[in-house]
Amino acid sequence: MRASFLLTAMTLSLAAAGCNKTEEAKPTATASAPAAAPAPMAPAADTGPIKVGILHSLSGTMAISETSLKDVALMTIEEINAAGGLLGRKLEPVVVDPASNWPLFAEKARDLIQNQKVAVTFGCWTSVSRKSVLPVFEELDGLLFYPVQYEGEESSFNVFYTGAAPNQQAIPAVEYLMGKKGGSAKRWVLLGTDYVYPRTTNKILRYFLHSKGVADDDIMEKYTPFGHADYQTIVADVKKFAAGKRTAVVSTINGDSNVPFYKELGNQGIKAEDIPVVAFSVGEEELRGIDTKPLVGHLAAWNYFMSIDTPENKAFIDKWMAYVKKNNLPGGEKRVTNDPMEATYIGIKMWAHAVEQAKTTNVDAVRQAIGYQKVMAPSGFEIEMDAKNHHLHKPVFIGEVKADGQFHVVWKTEGPIRAQAWSPYIPDSAKKVADWTYPWVCGNCTEPKYVVINRHA
Amino acid sequence: MPTSVGIGNFRRLGEVLTVLRIAFIVAGLVGVIRSDANAAEPLEESLRELASPDSDVVERRLNELAASGNAALIPALEALCDARLRVAPDGAVYYTAPKERTLRHPLTGTIVDPQPSGTHEVEVNNQIRRQALPVLAELKLRSPAEAVRMAAAQELDGRGDAESVAILRSAFKDEQVKRVRDAMALALARWDLQSTDPERQIAALAIARALGTSSLKGELKRLAGATPDASIRKAAAQALDDIESRQHFLDAVGALFHGISLASILLLAALGLAVTFGLLGVINMAHGEMLMLGAYATYAVQMAFERWLPGLVRYYLLAAVPVSFLATLLAGVLLEKTVIRFLYGRPLETLLATWGISLGLIQTVRLIFGAQNVAVANPDWLGGGIEIANGLVLPYNRLAVIAFAVAVAVAVWLLLQRTRLGLQVRAVTQNRAMASCLGIATRRIDMWMFGLGSGIAGLGGVALSQIGNVGPELGQTYIIDSFMVVVLGGVGRLAGTIVASLGLGVINKFLEPFAGAVLGKIVVLAFIILFIQRRPQGIFAIKGRVEA
Repeated sequence: MRASFLLTAMTLSLAAAGCNKTEEAKPTATASAPAAAPAPMAPAADTGPIKVGILHSLSGTMAISETSLKDVALMTIEEINAAGGLLGRKLEPVVVDPASNWPLFAEKARDLIQNQKVAVTFGCWTSVSRKSVLPVFEELDGLLFYPVQYEGEESSFNVFYTGAAPNQQAIPAVEYLMGKKGGSAKRWVLLGTDYVYPRTTNKILRYFLHSKGVADDDIMEKYTPFGHADYQTIVADVKKFAAGKRTAVVSTINGDSNVPFYKELGNQGIKAEDIPVVAFSVGEEELRGIDTKPLVGHLAAWNYFMSIDTPENKAFIDKWMAYVKKNNLPGGEKRVTNDPMEATYIGIKMWAHAVEQAKTTNVDAVRQAIGYQKVMAPSGFEIEMDAKNHHLHKPVFIGEVKADGQFHVVWKTEGPIRAQAWSPYIPDSAKKVADWTYPWVCGNCTEPKYVVINRHA
Repeated sequence: MPTSVGIGNFRRLGEVLTVLRIAFIVAGLVGVIRSDANAAEPLEESLRELASPDSDVVERRLNELAASGNAALIPALEALCDARLRVAPDGAVYYTAPKERTLRHPLTGTIVDPQPSGTHEVEVNNQIRRQALPVLAELKLRSPAEAVRMAAAQELDGRGDAESVAILRSAFKDEQVKRVRDAMALALARWDLQSTDPERQIAALAIARALGTSSLKGELKRLAGATPDASIRKAAAQALDDIESRQHFLDAVGALFHGISLASILLLAALGLAVTFGLLGVINMAHGEMLMLGAYATYAVQMAFERWLPGLVRYYLLAAVPVSFLATLLAGVLLEKTVIRFLYGRPLETLLATWGISLGLIQTVRLIFGAQNVAVANPDWLGGGIEIANGLVLPYNRLAVIAFAVAVAVAVWLLLQRTRLGLQVRAVTQNRAMASCLGIATRRIDMWMFGLGSGIAGLGGVALSQIGNVGPELGQTYIIDSFMVVVLGGVGRLAGTIVASLGLGVINKFLEPFAGAVLGKIVVLAFIILFIQRRPQGIFAIKGRVEA
């Protein structure tokens, strides 16, 4: 206990030292102006660079996944600057490190908005970090772009969700496995890490499976702690459960627990064509560090795969590899692109379009302008921001793992699907509406609410 | 809601493509006289269409190939399942043997000369594999190798259609080996249970009763409940009972094995600590990092083999054992000489210092190898497992870790009990002042002991690299467990460490099916706290006078 307390204290002090340095180095012209003022900014403020916050863990357990999002964000900002910036001003990234520490995420977000006066923030990975910064962005009226697939059941006036909602990832994946192509699964194992995202996703899936006539006897739900490495019993249980009926496993196991899990599957002789495992948190980046032979044939559902063959994707990958090479990033030629990176890229592009259109970085104006904004995504589809629920319309791809760690797409939607922020399968959520357009100005309500004029007064 | 209209379009497109391809092939055959005379064979033509992007076309061709019953197709179909089948721009298919790059003729297996250029991989997915595997199994039922026939019979169990059942029945008549006969009988019984002929059903029920597995339970329940024939109902109920009691026994054996396997990992993680903390009394917070260094040394050896000895890469693990041991032993000795020796008798300072060292080591490794986990591959001889009964597989890597843990424990015991160094170590732990009086260089013993403890941790790291992830934070996940085992077993007792890890492992695994992984861990922790309350000295207490 003491050890972990000391560790936290040290991390905090280190982080604090780090952020003091950035403050000293970059005094801002708008330092005295109130945060996110509703009135148009003073002309003096329009001449300096536009500050963009990047809030991703660069140390701690989530660094593995989040570091590449920071990198791709910097790449996109560089690209915009190279094309002349926005409104004749350069973008200036402000990178902070919340160190996989959820309360620190909130502190860093406050620092970005209040002290650094960033116009927008791109950040967070885990749902728990997003839940941690949400009150800060709502209180200070900041703008957050969240780039990772998540459990839904949320819509905020201050957040734009560029990752998938459950109906853009989990539900189609389960439907695929139910179909003939996916192996007509009749029995379901819902396996996850024990925290909010897997629990909520599995709750939605259970309701969904009920709606498809699957009985509770045919659903097995199991959770393991973060970092769990001993999957012997669980895999043996899955095998027993699978005897007799065609079974599929839906895995919301997060982080590096996936490696021992898949290894155990292979060693106990479970083959993908018998018991396919579809994962929602395993992508190219996660497969980069592991031996993919035992995983061949298992599935993942995403809105983007590096292997998608479109000119847009080729350009995106080329740009990324060139950026990696130029900046000599660790990993070098082995670096990959993945879904949350694409979502980060789309998010920044979309915000840039909105700023151009609104001719200001003012939060209210940008928020207005961003609805219906379209971006040609690397996945080859024109992606649109939904003005009502602040989520993207996204295509869904289901891919099978290949021996080289890439995915072979076996199924895709014809076009982008609109996100359902509130799941229609959960009875309590089915009535809820996320709508930020007149007369509904509410992300979580059952009847219209009206705009409060002068909310900043 | 996703639409599946796209599929329909793909299918139509696929069919058009197939027609085009056939036209193309025919044109090719007519227009150009090719040196490859086999190209005209219908079998090869069916093989060519396995490269079709349309899964339904592939399915039809697979059925045709199955009907041919030609065993020459086996390598090509195996290659299809393993994504080793390649298609040339002219539509001809070839395969490569595993781990080879040279293209072979799909039917004769001879190396094609000259090698066609511009080939690309035939995309395979689960749907195609699900179709191809029973076809392959049908072809393999007559294989001369017993293991192949066995696997084929198991593959057809519950998979086959009426056609494969007929093939299975004829193969069953000729089969001599009992093991394979049983597997075939079971596969046939599953089919016969659904027949309407009561005699067949009774015969199948007898087989199910003797050999059946839980996968038959659904079918048996149906028969036991709703069959008009009372004798069938009774036989089904009996079969169900027998299968269930067999299953319970297997579950218990499985849980025991999983428990022992977990225990072996706990033991390997804790044994080094039992030496440094147990015998030497150093609260070594950097112990986990010694495990981590051992795992990274394994990784380094693997990389070295890949670069300089690619032919021997499957044996890298054997070299990794001494390398990891020596590397961590050196790290331990260095640590002792530079830091620990100045802090003996000051537990709080030792704790803080070693904890600081552990942070330093984590960061150092992160700087050298990166924050990402590194891939330590299981050598192929550690992949897979032996199936001792239907549904119970003992993976080789787990068995190897158990054997390794036993070997390390025995080696440490021998070292402490049967060597001069061991004698001196025991003397120093029991009474340092007296040992010193008798001329034992206690400082040197301390150094070697700490080095040895670290070296053992390094060996643990080799084993852990085969089971879990290798990343800079690897040690952090095991440090708590290690201390738990040592404290529970009794500080200063190797036997205690062994018993404690065995106990914790087995209890954990018997609890997990009921309580779940999360609750199971909590229950075990609560149990340890209660146990230590009752018996602070652990399972085995050191008898006699011991200085603190």
